[in-house]
Amino acid sequence: MTAPRDKFGRPVVVVTGMGVVTSLGAGKADNWKKLTAGESGIRTITRFPTEGLKTTMAGTVDFVKVEPFSSTDLSERLADMAAEEAIAQSGIGGRGDFPGPLFLAVAPVEVEWPQRLELGHATSATEFNYDDLLRVSGGGRFNPYHRRFLFGSVAGHLAETFGTKGSPISLSTACASGASAIQLGVEAIRRGEADAALCVATDGSVNPEALIRFSLLSALSTQNEPPQAAVRPFSKNRDGFVMAEGAGALVLESYEAAQARGARILGVLAGCGELADSFHRTRSSPDGKPIIGCVRNALADAGLAAEEIDYINAHGTGTPENDKMEYLGISSVFGDLAQKIPVSSNKSMVGHTLSAAGAVEAVFSLLTLEHQRIPPTINYDVPDPAIPFDVVPNQARDARVTAVMSNSFGFGGQNASLILTREPVE
Amino acid sequence: MTDTNSPANSGSRANAEVWITGIGLATSLGEGLDATWDALGERRVHVDEKTFAPYIVHPWAAVNLDTQIPKKGDQRQMEAWQRIGTYAAGLALDSAGVKGNKEILGRMDMVVAAGGGERDIALDVAILNDEAKGNSAPGFLNERLMNGLRPTLFLAQLSNLLAGNIAIVHGVTGSSRTFMGEEAAGVDAIRIALARIAAGQSDIALVGGSQNGERKDLLVLYEFGDCNLKNEYAPVWARDKRSGFALGSAGAFLVIESRAHAEARGAKPFARLTNVVADLARRKEPGQIKAALKSLWSKLGVRGQQGAIITGATGVEPVTSEERAFLAEHRDFPVRATGTMFGHTMETQFPLGLALAALTLSRGALFPANDPTGFEVEMTSAPTQIVVIGAGHWQGEGMALVEAIS
Repeated sequence: MTAPRDKFGRPVVVVTGMGVVTSLGAGKADNWKKLTAGESGIRTITRFPTEGLKTTMAGTVDFVKVEPFSSTDLSERLADMAAEEAIAQSGIGGRGDFPGPLFLAVAPVEVEWPQRLELGHATSATEFNYDDLLRVSGGGRFNPYHRRFLFGSVAGHLAETFGTKGSPISLSTACASGASAIQLGVEAIRRGEADAALCVATDGSVNPEALIRFSLLSALSTQNEPPQAAVRPFSKNRDGFVMAEGAGALVLESYEAAQARGARILGVLAGCGELADSFHRTRSSPDGKPIIGCVRNALADAGLAAEEIDYINAHGTGTPENDKMEYLGISSVFGDLAQKIPVSSNKSMVGHTLSAAGAVEAVFSLLTLEHQRIPPTINYDVPDPAIPFDVVPNQARDARVTAVMSNSFGFGGQNASLILTREPVE
Repeated sequence: MTDTNSPANSGSRANAEVWITGIGLATSLGEGLDATWDALGERRVHVDEKTFAPYIVHPWAAVNLDTQIPKKGDQRQMEAWQRIGTYAAGLALDSAGVKGNKEILGRMDMVVAAGGGERDIALDVAILNDEAKGNSAPGFLNERLMNGLRPTLFLAQLSNLLAGNIAIVHGVTGSSRTFMGEEAAGVDAIRIALARIAAGQSDIALVGGSQNGERKDLLVLYEFGDCNLKNEYAPVWARDKRSGFALGSAGAFLVIESRAHAEARGAKPFARLTNVVADLARRKEPGQIKAALKSLWSKLGVRGQQGAIITGATGVEPVTSEERAFLAEHRDFPVRATGTMFGHTMETQFPLGLALAALTLSRGALFPANDPTGFEVEMTSAPTQIVVIGAGHWQGEGMALVEAIS
């Protein structure tokens, strides 16, 4: 029997359940099929009028209906779906009785325009100020919106639905949130606080204001036609990321607990690394040191050398800045290997699922390990000579993959890397 | 096993003792520990009943921001909540004696409990007025937002950008995690920072939060739930006829570290952070909150009968009455409600309570009661332990045990 502890004496953390929803579809099977077929989930936005917008496409999850729409309601639905799939696969606990804590990556919550307009109408005036809005807010008329638009509301709902234990944590590390949620779960199990953790990351943010906010920061691609070709990670003609929706969920367990109940082991969360960047609110330090440090921290935490990584699931947003900095970071750590290790971007197909991305891509990394097949980077027609990665261009590839690094970087200097491996060989 | 080959977060050191070695406070009662202590001693309360009438807020006491955020460009990039938090974080780093120490800051954990930033309410209300006048063409909202939103406002609103600004201004970069979720976020930020250090996953952390309570958009959100105290200020325990909280503006940060790390660098502790526990009680039936608090107390490790309680009780019902019933079973622990003096600072209330507990223990006396109802009583002896309580106005319950270091 394999020791349930890693080389540092910590409990080994394994994955026993996964769930995923993206613009490609609901569930692992559908997503994996389309991902390895190189299909794009990016489409022209139909949820709201796009007149006057520079970017008119996104990876919306249109097959999940939420009426009336709010991003928070959609985030909650997507999280429900992913968590349900993960827990069902894991077979852990009783129904509505998950035996461990919840770590939820979720976009910051605020009152949204449909509700704000409703409030304006409630004044019954055509000329009013903010105090008038305040005056009609109370008295119970909008009571459900209090709970709905509190930051802890999605986690509260999930905790109740799935019966997670203790105080659920809602977190945001911007576009690294999904990875951070998994890291928190790994750490809790390593500390021996829990034998299992439910790590969920969700984002349903495609609404007018969210899109405009990113657009005003010049972060989004404006290559609207055809929408499927908009995300071009590592290409010379990349011009920004594409907003997308989705959710990912992992059931983490200590190897010991998983073995004890005879659970199928889907992979090992071997290491997590993080390091914050103090250079700028939206840009990485030009020397790449925080990304380099983050990647090195993940390797050290997993106790692996760079040459033991045989696939990198890139952050790969398709912004000019990110992809350049990611190459600098990876090549600084991996040296010549950086041009040999396959590095692909799931975002070329599902877009940037923002708060969910780290978990969605962790699920795809685990599926890569399971199927021994690497999803491609699509829309790769004009290579950027400054980024000589093997991006697995346009076609999925069979490969021997035993250890994957998955990177996530976000606004506010957030950097997080995960290392996932196959079940330890006995 | 040896430590030579293990990564920084090996988790191989179980149950390390953790000290509070830095406190940063910038609130409606002023900045710094002496000013705060003096204000508490004088039972001072700083409320504004006019600006947001009928709502009451505890406004931030203005400071010279330049002393902690030297670049005007940085100040301009932030909304008030970020300036308050970045300022208080700087005070905490100064207090711990680690400000500017690149070696320590580069491996220092950061866990921030945050809400979000203020909206451009002038733009919001202008758009709503235009819409009310019948302007509802497709793309109307897009056009107004595209032309009206300040591009960098988003960064001043994003929850994780308080941590981002602290990294930029003060250089804390070991890790950066932002927890959201109102009062519980403050509890969990401290709980996780403590757990990481106690388990040897980290040596030192900056943890805390900030709120700008002088915001009409926040008042709207809480007015949806009829949570705001209206018309006239009242201390927390005197709100039985008019429940609710008065939002407060405050930044509260702590530096916590393992005793070994503190001693190695010659840092003086304010107090020991012994334990933090938290839960999410079902709040469907009367008595469930009280039962949850009882259960948390039993897990906390309170020793003997000598101690005090500092609570972030909100004044919102039914949670405040249930907490009061729980507190009534611990009459040997004199109670102080921070909401009376500081208002309700939401994510920041629990870190604020911890800061006051550590300050109290380091000064060897509990500050005076501030309660016309007599529920708070004076304490003549020096407390050796303080229980900090945070029961969220809508969900989440937490407790911390802070002990004197003799």
